Amino acid sequence: MKQKLLTAIAATMMAASPALADLVIVDTSYRTGPYAANGIPFSDGYQDYFTLLNERDGGIGGEAVRVVECETGYNTEKGVECYEATKGEGALVYQPLSTGITYQLIPKATADGIPLHTMGYGRTSAKNGEVFKYVFNYPANYWDGASLAITHLVEQNGGSLDGKKVALVYHNSAYGKEPIRTLEVLAEKHGYELMLLPVDHPGQEQKSQWLQVRQQRPDYVLMWGWGVMNQVAVQEAVNIRFPMENFIGIWWSGSENDVKPAGDGANGYKALTFHNVGSDYPIYADLAKYVVDAGKAAGAGDQVGSVLYNRGMYAAMLAAEAIKTAQEMHGVSDITSQQMRDGMENLEITEAKMAGLGLPNFGPEFKVSCQNHGGNGFGAVKQWDASAGEWSLITEYYQSDQDVITPLVKEDSAAFAAENNIEAGC
Amino acid sequence: MIYRESGDFSTTYQQDSQTFPIRFDRYRYYVLLVLAFAVVPFIINDYWVNAVFLPFLIYSIAAIGLNILTGYCGQVSLGTGAFMAVGAYACYKLMTAFPDINIFFHIIISGGITAGVCVLFGLPSLRIKGFYLAVATLAAQFFLVWMFNKVSWFYNYSASGQINAPERTVFGVPVTGAQTEPWAAYLFCLVFTVACAIIARNMTRGMQGRQWMAIRDMDIAAEIIGVNPLKAKLSAFAVSGFFVGLAGALFFAVYLGAVEVGEVFGITKSFLVLFMIIIGGLGSIFGCFAGAAFLVLLPVLLKNVLVGGLGWPTDLAAHLEFMIVGALIVVFLILEPHGLAQLWRVAKEKLRLWPFPH
Repeated sequence: MKQKLLTAIAATMMAASPALADLVIVDTSYRTGPYAANGIPFSDGYQDYFTLLNERDGGIGGEAVRVVECETGYNTEKGVECYEATKGEGALVYQPLSTGITYQLIPKATADGIPLHTMGYGRTSAKNGEVFKYVFNYPANYWDGASLAITHLVEQNGGSLDGKKVALVYHNSAYGKEPIRTLEVLAEKHGYELMLLPVDHPGQEQKSQWLQVRQQRPDYVLMWGWGVMNQVAVQEAVNIRFPMENFIGIWWSGSENDVKPAGDGANGYKALTFHNVGSDYPIYADLAKYVVDAGKAAGAGDQVGSVLYNRGMYAAMLAAEAIKTAQEMHGVSDITSQQMRDGMENLEITEAKMAGLGLPNFGPEFKVSCQNHGGNGFGAVKQWDASAGEWSLITEYYQSDQDVITPLVKEDSAAFAAENNIEAGC
Repeated sequence: MIYRESGDFSTTYQQDSQTFPIRFDRYRYYVLLVLAFAVVPFIINDYWVNAVFLPFLIYSIAAIGLNILTGYCGQVSLGTGAFMAVGAYACYKLMTAFPDINIFFHIIISGGITAGVCVLFGLPSLRIKGFYLAVATLAAQFFLVWMFNKVSWFYNYSASGQINAPERTVFGVPVTGAQTEPWAAYLFCLVFTVACAIIARNMTRGMQGRQWMAIRDMDIAAEIIGVNPLKAKLSAFAVSGFFVGLAGALFFAVYLGAVEVGEVFGITKSFLVLFMIIIGGLGSIFGCFAGAAFLVLLPVLLKNVLVGGLGWPTDLAAHLEFMIVGALIVVFLILEPHGLAQLWRVAKEKLRLWPFPH
């Protein structure tokens, strides 16, 4: 009874808060739990970019951006609660930063007409915009990542991986399982042997997996990890003296937080990326002036320039550019989530655009279309320099093996369409 | 004054043994049912159904299931999460294999399948007791979760290992999938919850329940007075498994729609349901509801007050939420070790005498 009364009071308090007419962006972040080390910098970057736009330009197209933060703890139940709690505020786009929550939200958001941007994560076959009309995963996805890593290894071995053994250490969830199918197809093509080593949530216990690595001596180890799992894996690899330059992480396993705890041992560890590293960009002067020095930075304000901060900022930049595109297309500044979807579908990122935003050469160029919601699959490999304490790109941006990935995307999205009675088409 | 039994005369055995012998209690129960079935569906929205009502109703069923096993029969189980997973995966396999059969039956059959699995893992209870049994059920927890991850037949060989609930309808109204109206999902779960509560309540105060309680209080004595421990223990596992399986199936099909076994049905789920019955009250059906309400609604309420109402940072609120809920659990267990149900019982005793306690 008491609880019902309190709930009623809370409900009236919620209802009493005024609904403002701005561009609402929901940041479903996680600043608590085993994934917080990676959730915090991403969320800080995401929010700071919108703060910068508000402070410097007065919003986007004259319309202020209001960021609503909701803590998910990387937990799907809380993620659903966040989605339901915030969608009524006029949210334009969701960036769940969790493959598990993405799977929950794909049908819900599609029914509600709110676009999802799952940047470099989520359901890979959402690349097929004919089936997944409200889901976008540009500029790259997991299957691109798997192919990029293998391409890098093929190049290092002079064009062939015959007789080599490649191990995949992965988070035993939808996220970690995503690349397996692609890696299996690529194994047939390039002749390597694939070895699967699942790690259960949250990933603090990996002794047995790395013992297997020690026994079976794979030539290369790929990793699909997140949160505390990354740090533990890098540390374990150091402990068994696995050559770090043969250890490649996906872009979610390549932040400073993941390698710093292992100290000098982590030197040479590689990871993929779809955007540039460091803070040597003109936009950081503006960020310092309008956001950090003004005391308006999200969180503690100590993450500026880190890999995941950059990625959060990049995600916010792509969202802001999509809003601009939508505003131009529809001629209104206060856009709806439907118009946002149109903006995302017609988004084009060019070098000139990025340079104009103060992020020259920050990411690959790409163009979204109704058929292709996933970009072109360009990425690069970066390597950790422990003594300098920084990442640096060691390759140019190169494209994933589209001959392998396109049919896989077609097949998986067709299965989804058949399961859910979706009529594909633009 | 208001709540009293004077003037309430039972003239038949049926009247004397009904669930709510006091008239005021009975009317309160009817009013609650009318409210739940006839008023709430009209005012409910997406947020209330997904954040409050569905988890509350579904966890209540799971808590009833565990309470029968642990609270009534005294067999401690740490495998609730895995048994819910059995319900969920059974439901998924049935939904995809027999799309023409009504989802209602799928959910009931899922409960039945879970009952079977539960009995299987209950067999060791005939030889081991207490903490040792808890460890045996813990093995079930880890084994089943591992199996649902490992054997791809269970998730129809999908690349991600996720199971997704396709759209299914009852009387032409969708109850699973994205097109579900909030009232439909709510009513569907409410029907199951109310039916489970009535069945459990009547089972536990009948012969079956008395056998369970005899086993719980002292199994050797129970055996001497003629209770068959094999039948009593395994029936408790079966009935408990049925309810937990129902809860798991609803949790997957109606509430979440997509499930990843390691995350959703992990060991934390087992502990959550166990805490629900401990806080609510072991051996009480009302306690199941009270415990579920406490652990489902309180975090949502705290979050809304701290973040929505006071505008505090989300991480601070999330940490405070852990601390407040944790502290309240400790406080409750110290002040009232028998749970919220006992608190409610004491309150009723006091209310009967009020305002003239002497």
